[in-house]
Amino acid sequence: MIRRITLICTLGLAALLVVVAAGCGGNASGSGDGDSSLTLVAYSTPQEAYEEIIPAFQKTSAGQNVDFEQSYASSGEQSRAVEAGLPADIVAFSLEPDVTRLVDAGLVPADWAQADHDGMVTDSVVVLAVRKGNPKNIQTWDDIVQEGVEVITPNPFTSGGARWNLMAAYGAQIKQGKSEEEAVDFLRQVLEHTAVQDKSARESLQTFTGGKGDVLIAYENEAITAQQKGEELDYVVPDETILIENPVAVTEEASEQAQAFVDFLQGPEAQKIFGEKGYRPVDDEVLGQFDYPQPSGLFTIKDVGGWDAVMTKFFDRDTGLVAKIEADLGVSTESG
Amino acid sequence: MPQKAAPGGLPLGRSFATAYLGLIVLIPLAAVAWRSTEGGAGGFWRAISSPAAVSSLKLTFVCSLVVVAINAVTGTLIAWVLVRDSFRGKAIVNSLIDLPFALPTIVAGLTLLALYGPKGPIGINVAYTRAAIILALLFVTLPFVVRSVQPVLLELDREMEEAAASLGASSLSIFRRIVLPNLMPAILSGVALAFARSIGEFGSVILISGNIPFQTEVASVHIFSQIESDDVTGAAAVSVLLLVISFVSLLAIDTFRKWGSKHEE
Repeated sequence: MIRRITLICTLGLAALLVVVAAGCGGNASGSGDGDSSLTLVAYSTPQEAYEEIIPAFQKTSAGQNVDFEQSYASSGEQSRAVEAGLPADIVAFSLEPDVTRLVDAGLVPADWAQADHDGMVTDSVVVLAVRKGNPKNIQTWDDIVQEGVEVITPNPFTSGGARWNLMAAYGAQIKQGKSEEEAVDFLRQVLEHTAVQDKSARESLQTFTGGKGDVLIAYENEAITAQQKGEELDYVVPDETILIENPVAVTEEASEQAQAFVDFLQGPEAQKIFGEKGYRPVDDEVLGQFDYPQPSGLFTIKDVGGWDAVMTKFFDRDTGLVAKIEADLGVSTESG
Repeated sequence: MPQKAAPGGLPLGRSFATAYLGLIVLIPLAAVAWRSTEGGAGGFWRAISSPAAVSSLKLTFVCSLVVVAINAVTGTLIAWVLVRDSFRGKAIVNSLIDLPFALPTIVAGLTLLALYGPKGPIGINVAYTRAAIILALLFVTLPFVVRSVQPVLLELDREMEEAAASLGASSLSIFRRIVLPNLMPAILSGVALAFARSIGEFGSVILISGNIPFQTEVASVHIFSQIESDDVTGAAAVSVLLLVISFVSLLAIDTFRKWGSKHEE
């Protein structure tokens, strides 16, 4: 009797496992009555913009009958997921190295950056978000390393986006005519003043609006979104800052509609929606319709060596300059 | 798939258990271990001996030890109150104990941050310190000791205590010489589970710890930062080290427990 029960239970469990495995392995196919389906794998910040842009695209002749599957998470996670096999027709990331990873994996054509606008879909700049009314009178990069100023910026090893912040701080020094050593020393001071290194830019914003810190190094679009949502913060665009460029790419396997969608993203209608959500449009004409301040000392990642060089020089987990600075700071705080 | 039992071999149930364990636990663990060797012995050593890794491991173990020490005392006390005392709302308190398990850990982190963070209503701000890590770990590991001790306490023969009392033993020595030895194995299993959970905890800690390398970055967050920096092999190496240490401590506590109960008979 007991053996029979064991047998039944075992077979039942085995059957259950098979069902679960089949369920997990199956491809989630798009519901709806569309003729074709596109999968957009994107980082999370522009989700609201895409939720307006996709219906607008579906109203055009190219986008008729196209269904969308959308996935949003942090840029690095999404890039790794696609590398590991998550199906994607279009990828939108917060920084270029996340696309490069897919080029290396053979999933995105190597010439993706030869496309319009060098493969970029939105721009932004790194800004200094401060408390309402700017009580600590933060105007320049130097102000954030003054005595008693607490800085919030995400952990550069967990957040790809945080790398924009630190490269902005570094590059601004170079732009001001300082030497490389002085610029690295400035990075050191910034990290010394950093009280919290959240895992992502989104969480850093929450930490800041939750009452911690005096300055949040942030992207202009995130600061604008926060203000639009009624958060109590101001932001300062420093004279020298980095132009953030967010790439979009079509994968090797993607259908023709995927390219049509990317063209639409870079077209005036979608660019305007991005602009309303706080991003700087890459389309100059559309950009002109908004009054985004033009910092006098604006520079790009290429001016500080380009992503490939920057990733090795600054953000290698063991040998990068930032890893070394943090190790030095750690040792001094542990002994002190 | 369940295999036909070999003649005189494993019964079906046991072979299924083995296959299931293999699929769910052993193969994934083996995959992590295999991945960690991709950089060779030198790569493995570099990953686990890097200053950031060592510092995060140290922090994790110290915090976990503090947490289980507190848990051993408070967990036993709570179990005691729940079994021996009667008060209104006991059933509710009893179900409350399991809440930390039911809550997604990230929500636990958020809740603690809202309560004990810079804008907390009670004016206690421990966020972004090591105390915050301990607080988060205490929260997520609360049920372990309570739930291991409770059933043992329920079964405990009160006549022994009464006999001791009638012979003039003080309540302290009754607790120390009769109750505690009986509870010890249960406390230890609770402690072992809580410890294993603490050293791997991620979700509840990441929001509240501040994640400053060398100060408040725990091992799981360090591993996460390695993955995000495309050092998956290094991440696997540190994970393997964590696994080994967890396994050894679980084994040690189990041995100690068996030794203790044998010693008593």
